[in-house]
Amino acid sequence: MIASIAFYLFATLTIASAVAVIFARNPVHSVLWLIVAFFNSAGLMLLLGAEFIAMLVVIVYVGAVAVLFLFVVMMLDIDFASLRTGFTRNLPFGILLALVLLTEIIVAVSAWKAGPTLNGQRIAQAAQPNIVALGQLLYSRYLFPFEIAGLILLVAMIGAIVLTHRRRRDTRPQKAWRQIGRRPKDAIKLTDPEVGEGVQL
Amino acid sequence: MIGLAHYLTVAAILFTIGVLGIFLNRRNVILMLMAIELILLAVNINLVAFSAYLGDLTGQVLAMFVLTVAAAEAAIGLAILVIFFRRRGSIAVDDVNRMHG
Repeated sequence: MIASIAFYLFATLTIASAVAVIFARNPVHSVLWLIVAFFNSAGLMLLLGAEFIAMLVVIVYVGAVAVLFLFVVMMLDIDFASLRTGFTRNLPFGILLALVLLTEIIVAVSAWKAGPTLNGQRIAQAAQPNIVALGQLLYSRYLFPFEIAGLILLVAMIGAIVLTHRRRRDTRPQKAWRQIGRRPKDAIKLTDPEVGEGVQL
Repeated sequence: MIGLAHYLTVAAILFTIGVLGIFLNRRNVILMLMAIELILLAVNINLVAFSAYLGDLTGQVLAMFVLTVAAAEAAIGLAILVIFFRRRGSIAVDDVNRMHG
């Protein structure tokens, strides 16, 4: 009973905030609605017993992706009103297309039968905690894809840095190669010569 | 009683909203990227639901990889957006074909 109420609560809030994401006038509000959608879908995943993925959704999506979106929306001075031209003109056709797509998917879902092992009525009992089982799977059978995922993140990080890095002409940064390439014989030497003696150059 | 079909329906609605968002906000790249995040979230819900009802954790491992790709895609997409805005002063998608490398 409680599980049903929680499911309908999370599902309704997820869908409502997803609608608000694409219909909000202010993109900052869109990002905030996106965060609400992420939290509620994390709740759905908790109901399914996938605790690790739920926490990962909160950490990665809310903590990293949504904050990145928020940074970009606030950092760039974009005229969003001019970008909404054609929105109302496309609206009826878009909603028609979306309804057709949704009907197709729901017909496909309800026509689905997948053999006796999957009755689709109750969640399979887990033999051990979710995180333990997932960790054992991830570090044994899926070790290579896991490493590749790390590599993808590294490539994305380097790519984002290389793309957005720009060399500014108006700053005077430290020139490390000149400091490292300095030799003692090129340096100015402070001496204290006696009276009447010259300086050896 | 909440069955697998309930979760699949929620994911289907979320997916459709994402597609609708891409269709409606055709000029606004930021909202398009957000709609792509919604679509990937729907995929994740599907994967986790099947994984839970099958009793097979592979779906959750795959959901983690989808999450990784979504994070990388958001980072790269927003980086491209930032340099595009720096160069042209707008983010309208209609102008993107004028980038020419």
